[in-house]
Amino acid sequence: MLRGIALALSLIFADAAHAQDLRPYKIENGAINLSLTGKPGDPARGRQIVLERQKGICLLCHSGPFPEERFQGDLAPSLAGVGSRMNAGEIRLRMVDGTKVNPDTIMPPYYRIEGLNRVAPNFRGKPLLNADEIEDVIAFLLTLREDGATGQSK
Amino acid sequence: MGWLALALSLLSVWPAQAQTPQDPRKSGFAYMGRDTQAMQQDDLANPAMLTVLEGEALWTTPTGKAGKSCASCHGEARESMKGVAARYPSLDEASGKPIDLSGRIAQCRETRMEAAPLVREGRDMLALSAFVGLQSRGMPVAPPQDERLRPFREEGARLYTARMGQLNFTCAQCHDANAGQKLGAAPIPQAHPNAYPIYRLEWQSTGSLQRRLRNCMVGTRAEPFSYGSAEFIALELFLMERAKGMTIETPGVRP
Ligand code: HEC
Ligand code: HEC
Repeated sequence: MLRGIALALSLIFADAAHAQDLRPYKIENGAINLSLTGKPGDPARGRQIVLERQKGICLLCHSGPFPEERFQGDLAPSLAGVGSRMNAGEIRLRMVDGTKVNPDTIMPPYYRIEGLNRVAPNFRGKPLLNADEIEDVIAFLLTLREDGATGQSK
Repeated sequence: MGWLALALSLLSVWPAQAQTPQDPRKSGFAYMGRDTQAMQQDDLANPAMLTVLEGEALWTTPTGKAGKSCASCHGEARESMKGVAARYPSLDEASGKPIDLSGRIAQCRETRMEAAPLVREGRDMLALSAFVGLQSRGMPVAPPQDERLRPFREEGARLYTARMGQLNFTCAQCHDANAGQKLGAAPIPQAHPNAYPIYRLEWQSTGSLQRRLRNCMVGTRAEPFSYGSAEFIALELFLMERAKGMTIETPGVRP
């Protein structure tokens, strides 16, 4: 009984802590329209995150207009031109939790910590990317236009 | 048994599953570069053959209080161990649970030889399982059709399709839906267990199927199941059934 209460309390507190970690967001018409941080991200930092193998791990599955990157995956659509195909809100929803768009997607939920199984202890309770990083990546993806821009920051 | 009777009995055990040219299943071998394939095919170049040789020596070395070796009970491995690895995991009558090949080797050592337990993934265990595995090389994967294994195999199928880890992947998403595609630089194989233990160039050592599965789980940022766990044995049962009729290649080489 006591242990039950302690467990229930620890669950409530764990939830409260998570709620503090993750900023609230609202899904409307297939998009999360408001920035998670209340401001636009930095495209140059976003580019770094996308290209970094351990951080974004995007290129494990996606390819994109990054000729200097030798090993790009082909499990997912190319990121080339994604900024012309989608607006910030649509990209944000797919980054935050792609299963909201396609329940069977293989794309990891980058801003979700609930409902995951057997997460390794060092990653438990942490989203793949934090709110600032999500906004940086979105800002960068918006620079990848159909007209051939590479998003290279000059 | 005459040749025809043998052929018929094989057919009845593996109906429709024996590998034909139309079979969409491919060994991980098919996804490797030429050099790595050549290394696996040449026993003098295959580094896992050193592990096999160590196993061959252990086979006849008496250890433990009973003063016995594997050979004291099983004789010539070429005869007695032929086809054994092809039908593991199988049912352990004593416990009513499935047991994998390493588990059986450990059991023989402890109960019949009264020898110190062998560590999973330790050198001697890998050596003995690679040596026993070699005796089935070229034979078809032949999981036992014992009803009592069914719930465990179903548990393996469930685990294979369960999302895991921070990256929230299932085994099936990579190995069924995306086999043959590229994950970064690596082509994703179909996850057949028919070449284990393997020498993996990346490990620079020989390792078991369970070590491979732990690698996949760590890759999804999941807490891997432990060596010898019921979960891994269930997964192996499922993978063996999925690979039924495919050719055993033990010991394999992988990049
Ligand atoms: C394990 C695979 C995987 C990883 C890693 C991954 N994605 Fe995806 N992504 C997909 C797949 C597959 C789709 C296609 C839609 C679907 O199936 O849900 C997709 C869709 C997208 C889309 C929509 C594109 C379109 O044209 O429809 C965007 C934007 C996107 N991903 C960005 C990213 C970014 C940025 C990262 C890294 C921070 C990333 N993805 C990491 C698999 C992945
Ligand atoms: C995100 C992709 C991914 C996921 C998820 C994944 N694997 Fe793998 N797996 C791979 C890749 C890639 C390889 C090839 C080895 C390498 O180069 O790292 C592999 C290799 C294997 C092999 C060895 C095949 C051979 O021929 O040697 C087996 C067996 C296997 N995986 C089973 C599993 C099981 C079971 C799971 C779930 C517990 C799983 N994998 C989850 C990507 C994945």
